[in-house]
Amino acid sequence: MSAPPPHPDTAALDRRDLAWYVDKLVAVLVFVGGVSAVVFIVGIFAFVTHEGWGFVSEHFSLRGFFGSIRWAPTSTSNPTYGALALIAGTASVTGLAMLVAVPFSLGAAIYIAEFATGRTREVLKVLVEMLAAIPSVVWGFIGLSVMNPLIIDVFNVPIGLCVLNSGLILGLMAAPIMTTIAEDALKAVPDTYREAAEALGATRWQVTRRVVLPAARQGLLAAVLLGVGRGFGETMAVLMASGHAINLPTSPFDSVRALTATIAAELGETAVGSTHYQALFALGIFLFVVTFVINLSADLIVRGIRKT
Amino acid sequence: MFEATDLNRRDARTQRLVRALFLLMTVLLAAPVLLILGVLLVKGGTMLSWDFLFTEPTNGMTAGGVLPALVGTVWLVAIALLASVPVGVAAAVYLSEYAPDNVLTRVINLAIINLAGVPSIVHALFGLGAFVIFFGFGTSILAASLTLAIMTLPVVIVATREALQAVPHAFREACWNMGATRWQTIWRVVLPNAVSGILTGVILEVSRTAGETAPIMFTGAAFFLPFLPASVFDQTMAMSLHLFVIATQVPDVPEALPYGVALVLIGMVLAMNALSIGLRTWLRQKKKW
Repeated sequence: MSAPPPHPDTAALDRRDLAWYVDKLVAVLVFVGGVSAVVFIVGIFAFVTHEGWGFVSEHFSLRGFFGSIRWAPTSTSNPTYGALALIAGTASVTGLAMLVAVPFSLGAAIYIAEFATGRTREVLKVLVEMLAAIPSVVWGFIGLSVMNPLIIDVFNVPIGLCVLNSGLILGLMAAPIMTTIAEDALKAVPDTYREAAEALGATRWQVTRRVVLPAARQGLLAAVLLGVGRGFGETMAVLMASGHAINLPTSPFDSVRALTATIAAELGETAVGSTHYQALFALGIFLFVVTFVINLSADLIVRGIRKT
Repeated sequence: MFEATDLNRRDARTQRLVRALFLLMTVLLAAPVLLILGVLLVKGGTMLSWDFLFTEPTNGMTAGGVLPALVGTVWLVAIALLASVPVGVAAAVYLSEYAPDNVLTRVINLAIINLAGVPSIVHALFGLGAFVIFFGFGTSILAASLTLAIMTLPVVIVATREALQAVPHAFREACWNMGATRWQTIWRVVLPNAVSGILTGVILEVSRTAGETAPIMFTGAAFFLPFLPASVFDQTMAMSLHLFVIATQVPDVPEALPYGVALVLIGMVLAMNALSIGLRTWLRQKKKW
């Protein structure tokens, strides 16, 4: 094969008119828009690290930060920055939330995806979406003014702002995202799988348990991970409903204080650039890194499904 | 003739049991929405009046209405939308119409997931470090709105991308064959067909933005201000922070007042959400392709 002869009038085919230039310009603009998300996430990490670096480089030690429960940044004689109790607070609240939210969300996702039909399905989906829409400060208020007296009455304890209260609320807050993503994962299982199993005489539940759930398990795991990330990072509801006491919890009725709530409660009272201020940003770095790892793992798991 | 065996009957029984159990779980999950609305209505419903919405708080925020907070929330949401909708739509156009399947696109997608997943208080730290201090906006509506804009950017991007991808590829091909450039195709054919889907996402973003508290606490929202904001460099009150303040920081608040504030806030948010869901349902029904 030889090269085609040059076109007799190449200049006439050159469409470098206004529309061509606009097209090129827009291609650049939307590219900038696309990359902006990356710029922002890098920017968040950079700024939070920048503000918190003074603490990390001067006062940070693994044992002092992760091994001590003494978070006393305002102490005049000996300020200490032990985050263990805060981490335990966040972990206990998130843990209880997941204990509630995981079974209920997966159950709801299975019902919506595999059993419900028509109108019921739409109504349930809208209700779950509404649940996701309730602002976290309203959740916190409910914890403070409805759940608090309720827990005091029912369990006969002196205070109702505790792991149980904030865990239940956090569970309800994390449930919609888990339900939605789990439902997507179940929907992504091809119908041919279900048809094949049903043709063998399996009931709908047998199909779900033996075929759909195993096929969707990675997506379900990703759903749970994103729910954990959500619970871990929730701020206002935990601030208002957990009691905000620095404490290693031993029962669900203990008050605790979460990492996020600590930042929210103390940042307003610190001087910009002080060690306390930098320590709060260091908590922020920790929160960022943990949620980043959680989201990254969820993404890798989902990507794993698409590859196979 | 098919005769149900014991095994069949047992399977059917299990099936009914499991189905009922899952239905119960779903209902228990969905019921709190209605319960919360009910409680707020019963306890705060008496507060609702035009006066409540359009007068200022008085007596150290233990009486009066919510006007400055309401106006402040409208400011915050409006500026946040102005910032995030153009960027979000551009990002979605890039991802849907231009992006090749490469590492950069994967990184962008990962960044979007993380923007949505980073705790709101970390967004607040970023807003404080970047907008308030580094760019020198001070604690202002501008700083708070930009923080909110970055936080809710994923909502716009995801909704817009979905709306764009729902436009059939044949529409684009037909347009290219007429000699249109890529942008002409997007501007004249793709975007007009996706505009209502984008609107759904924008309304959802309004609802998210209006309810956020943590990102604005240190970037622009104030506990109490006796005047309405006049420019984007002023501080402002906001409904969400106002609820937090009167529920936790102000002594001797009459019991119904925070319920009333919560009711107004949740009413705004759920109304926006209902509008978004309604629009989406309507779109699905009238879809021609």
